Amino acid sequence: MNSIITSVPINSYILLCTTLFCIGVMGVLLRRNVIIIFMSVELMLNSVNLLFTAFSAYSSNPAGQIFVFFVMVVAAAEIAIGLAIVVMIHRNTKTVDVNEWSKLKG
Amino acid sequence: MINAFLIAWPLFSVLLILAMGKDRAKWTALMAAIVQFCVTIYAWTQFVPTAGVQFGTDMEWIPQLGIHFNVGIDGISMLVVLLTNLLAPLIILSSVRKNYERPTLFYSLVLIMQAALVGVFTARDMFLYYIFWELALVPIYLIVLIYGAENRVKITFKFFIYTMFGSLLMLVGILYLYYLTPAPHNFDINTLSNLHPDAHAQGWIFWAFFIAFAIKMPVFPFHTWQPDTYTTAPAQGTMLLSGIMLKMGIYSVIRWILPIVPMGVQDWGKVALVLSLIGIVYGSWIAITQKDFKRLLAYSSFAHVGLISAAIFTLTLTGLQGSMIQMFSHGINIVGLFFIAQIIYDRTGTFQLPNLGGLMKKAPVLAACFLIILLGSVGLPLTDGFVGEFMMLSGTYQASPWIAAVAGLTIIFSAVYMFRLYQSSMLGELKPVPSTRDENFEDVKGSETIVLVIIAFLVVIIGIYPKPLLDTTEPAITAILKNIPNVDIWQ
Amino acid sequence: MNISAIVAVSILVPFAGFLLNFLFGSKIPKSLVSIIGCGSILIALAMNIMLFVSALDGPATITYFNWIHAGSFSVDFSFLIDRLSVLMLLIITGVGFLIHLYSVGYMHDDDAYFRYFAYLNLFVFFMQMLVMGSNYLIAFIGWEGVGLCSYLLIGFWYKNTNYNNAAKKAFIMNRIGDLGFLIGIFWIFNQFGSINYKEVFAGAQGFIINNNYNDTVIIFITVLLFIGAIGKSAQIPLYTWLPDAMAGPTPVSALIHAATMVTAGIYVIVRSHVLYSLAPFTQDIIAIVGITTAFFAATIGLAQNDIKKVLAYSTVSQLGYMFVALGVGAYGSGMFHLMTHAFFKALLFLCAGSVIHAMGGEQDMRVMGGLRKKLPITFITMLTGTLAISGIPPFAGFFSKDEILAKAYEHNPILWVVGLITAVITAVYMFRMLFLTFYGNFRGDAHQESHLHESPSTMTIPLMVLAVLSLVGGFLGIPEVFGGKHILNDYFAPIFSDIATVPHTGTVLSHSMEFILMAVSVGLVLVAIYFASRMFIKKTAEGMDEEPKGFAKLLANKYYVDEIYDTLIVKPADWFSGFIYRFLELDFIDGMVNGIGRATNYSGKTIRKLQTGHIGFYLFAMTICIVILILINNFFIS
Repeated sequence: MNSIITSVPINSYILLCTTLFCIGVMGVLLRRNVIIIFMSVELMLNSVNLLFTAFSAYSSNPAGQIFVFFVMVVAAAEIAIGLAIVVMIHRNTKTVDVNEWSKLKG
Repeated sequence: MINAFLIAWPLFSVLLILAMGKDRAKWTALMAAIVQFCVTIYAWTQFVPTAGVQFGTDMEWIPQLGIHFNVGIDGISMLVVLLTNLLAPLIILSSVRKNYERPTLFYSLVLIMQAALVGVFTARDMFLYYIFWELALVPIYLIVLIYGAENRVKITFKFFIYTMFGSLLMLVGILYLYYLTPAPHNFDINTLSNLHPDAHAQGWIFWAFFIAFAIKMPVFPFHTWQPDTYTTAPAQGTMLLSGIMLKMGIYSVIRWILPIVPMGVQDWGKVALVLSLIGIVYGSWIAITQKDFKRLLAYSSFAHVGLISAAIFTLTLTGLQGSMIQMFSHGINIVGLFFIAQIIYDRTGTFQLPNLGGLMKKAPVLAACFLIILLGSVGLPLTDGFVGEFMMLSGTYQASPWIAAVAGLTIIFSAVYMFRLYQSSMLGELKPVPSTRDENFEDVKGSETIVLVIIAFLVVIIGIYPKPLLDTTEPAITAILKNIPNVDIWQ
Repeated sequence: MNISAIVAVSILVPFAGFLLNFLFGSKIPKSLVSIIGCGSILIALAMNIMLFVSALDGPATITYFNWIHAGSFSVDFSFLIDRLSVLMLLIITGVGFLIHLYSVGYMHDDDAYFRYFAYLNLFVFFMQMLVMGSNYLIAFIGWEGVGLCSYLLIGFWYKNTNYNNAAKKAFIMNRIGDLGFLIGIFWIFNQFGSINYKEVFAGAQGFIINNNYNDTVIIFITVLLFIGAIGKSAQIPLYTWLPDAMAGPTPVSALIHAATMVTAGIYVIVRSHVLYSLAPFTQDIIAIVGITTAFFAATIGLAQNDIKKVLAYSTVSQLGYMFVALGVGAYGSGMFHLMTHAFFKALLFLCAGSVIHAMGGEQDMRVMGGLRKKLPITFITMLTGTLAISGIPPFAGFFSKDEILAKAYEHNPILWVVGLITAVITAVYMFRMLFLTFYGNFRGDAHQESHLHESPSTMTIPLMVLAVLSLVGGFLGIPEVFGGKHILNDYFAPIFSDIATVPHTGTVLSHSMEFILMAVSVGLVLVAIYFASRMFIKKTAEGMDEEPKGFAKLLANKYYVDEIYDTLIVKPADWFSGFIYRFLELDFIDGMVNGIGRATNYSGKTIRKLQTGHIGFYLFAMTICIVILILINNFFIS
């Protein structure tokens, strides 16, 4: 298993993950649909997960992979709550456009 | 055990008041306060001034942090506890004609405050002391907030924030000291007194403590909460504030600052003294032209406290003894004066001096009591004010003749504003009373007479024979001074 | 009775009288109030006579209890009975009793009769304490206490705002002096380690032995005590309260503001004569202040129309004489004049009271005149008093005043010259008063004329007794030049023996010189009286109302000293009070406190605007901040 992962140079992993992460960041910053934003957040989380796994394999330390499980669990929970909130807001505002949701100000 | 009883009894009495219901609240409170007073008198008769801390209780409270419930009475505490428990029944008695709304609440607050004050004055564990210090703030805050005059929300908020600010500074100081103590840490006064932090640290601790106490006293320039709060608070609230609560600040300086940070006192005591001196002249001068009865008294109290504080920082036995006795006298006098202000207000509906005048004709008993208490405040010989004032000025003289000369201006100023106050309220032609409440200005009667006569009597008795009070505090004061190296910092 | 009981009774009986009358006076009949009021003073007088007898044998100190103590500082409630204090006691209770008696008639119609007697008794209590105290602090009790009684009695008719202001002014001016006195006490304690007369004067002997005169410490102490005396005895610059103090009932003016309280300053300096003898510098100051005040006040007295104001300025002036005596070291002469002055000035005030009584409260001499026939007893007694104060032999004032003048001449002839001029002015204004009041035609209205009557016997008996005393009082001090025996000097010899070693300054007068000086002064005074009679006897109502001009106007307005004080001190002080209250207190200090609160509020309000509510903005800000943090972490910290 490790050999398969380590057969790809680490630099490629880093490059791929960074690209994915940046796509995620851009998605969060530029898209207005809250569902897309959620997907972008997931993309960022998964890019980090991939990196965790890669580093874990290269350094023969299982802790990184354990972290990945934690992150997945937390992300699932977050998505569950997040989507619930989105559904609730959607019921009131009939929109999923975040720019319309501007009542949360001081 | 007596000491623990003195703290527990008022709290227990709160339950009694709740049990007795609102119709009997005031009398229950009065009886509770009288019992408390009798126990205090008993304690005083049993008290041996030279025997150090007495009637104490010491038990573990939060052992993990080394916090003890440690209370005990030495000479300094004895005097202020006596003052507290003497004034509490008088203050409650002074309110019986007033009929506050929700009396159970009001009298419960007064008694909680009394318990907290006794706690502050007897705690020998600094954490416990801090708890009581903060606890004392809550009831008076509520009393002013619920029963105060107009603008009370804003003013009590300022008062609360102001004192809180000081308290937090003190808390920082306490924690700093706590972590200096050898492990396992504790807050015991004896441990703290033997810490002797380095001079630099002592300077910081001095200021952290002093600002907290200076706000409470108050000392120039931390005083601006005071006139507003005194003016706004209901009569009994003002009496509690001015008669007892400001003594917390003075007491704490003697109890905590002097033994714990003697080097800080040596380095910075002069600054504190100069601030106090400024306060004397500044407060007196402002008082001269005040037109509001209570505000004038507030500024006069501010000026008098300035002298007390100045006398403490001379670090002379005479000065400190003077400030102790003056604490007592000032408490009695100012309570009497504020009560008179309230009596006049109840009948005329005004505190404004230009609207008053000629009341002596209608109320000779009031006028006579007013004059006696006022003379005590002015410091006429054979009244209580003179003993303290003389000793304090003597102490400041030992520090420096010039300080005595400036501080001594108070005897001229106090005559100016106090006699002006007396003249514009009592003498002259009777002014048409602006209020419809009372067409014909009545003389004092019933409970009012009792309170005023007791106070006037105390004013004279303490003036003629202050020895018991002086004897009570002298050994304790001497002990504190002994622990300050190079006491004669002024020579 | 042993002496400590006598002292206790003497002090406490007037106090008991005060308490009884003050607490219960409104409920008991006036006659009982009078009995309590006068009786208590009579008892005290009897006690004081016993004390007098015992003091002739030697001084005694009676200690009752410890009053204030702190470490080495300790003050006892103790009293010193010696020849000096008992003489004062006799004056206080003797003259005091006569004045109490007089008040029974004078105040009879007053509503607050009981309050009057209560205050008067309280005054005697405090005055006795002042005199008897065996240390400076007990004396200070009395010192402030008499100031209080003075306040209460000046403002006795409390409905009148002017009277109240006069009372307040008296108290405050006294307090200015009191501060000096108090600091003097501290200094004494610091120097001598005690404030008991005995120990202080014993300590001062060290200075005498070392011939250490004009030591700075002693000068400070003596000057500070003198400041106290200036306040209490109404000398320049703190004299303006005394003329205003005439607002009180006339017997009060006689007792407090002529015979006893205002002489407390003299007493304290005489008591501390050891210290003053050590400080010739202070003595010079005292002499200068005294003679200036004597002259200054006498000139003002020339132009006053209020009968009591004339006497008030005359009191200030006579007190100046006493200070001159003290300033030249003639303490015995000062006490002598104090005593004779107590007699004749009390007499004059009481006579003035009798006149005012007859005139129905009118005090303006311009509407009096020709009262001689209607008030014969008052006239004769007042004539006695006037002759005494003018220094006509053989009346009391002659002996005491000429003794002072002679001593002043020995010290410095200039003092004598000014003193003599003052004596001449004194004769002029006193006889002006006498002539305006008792001679010529009545200038008041018909109603007043019909009201004129001689006073009742409770009032005239004290007048007659005091008149006799004013006549014979001087015989206690017949100068050597007449071959008489100076009883008072012998009497005081033990008191002043402790300064016998102090070298005498100036020259001793020869008998012939002394005789010449006396003749000159008496001659000039007689001339002055003659001119006064020419000017004032035939005054008519028309000439009275004209506005004084030039110097006379200056005199009539008392050199505008009150106005100057008002402009220079009172008004600026009030203004400054308002100024610091408004600007320093409310705007600056409280402004800063509130400013901190407002700044917190304001910053909160401002920063709040960053929360736009746009989620996109939040996300953007978050990302940017994370990037910045990462950059900082990578490039700046590591």
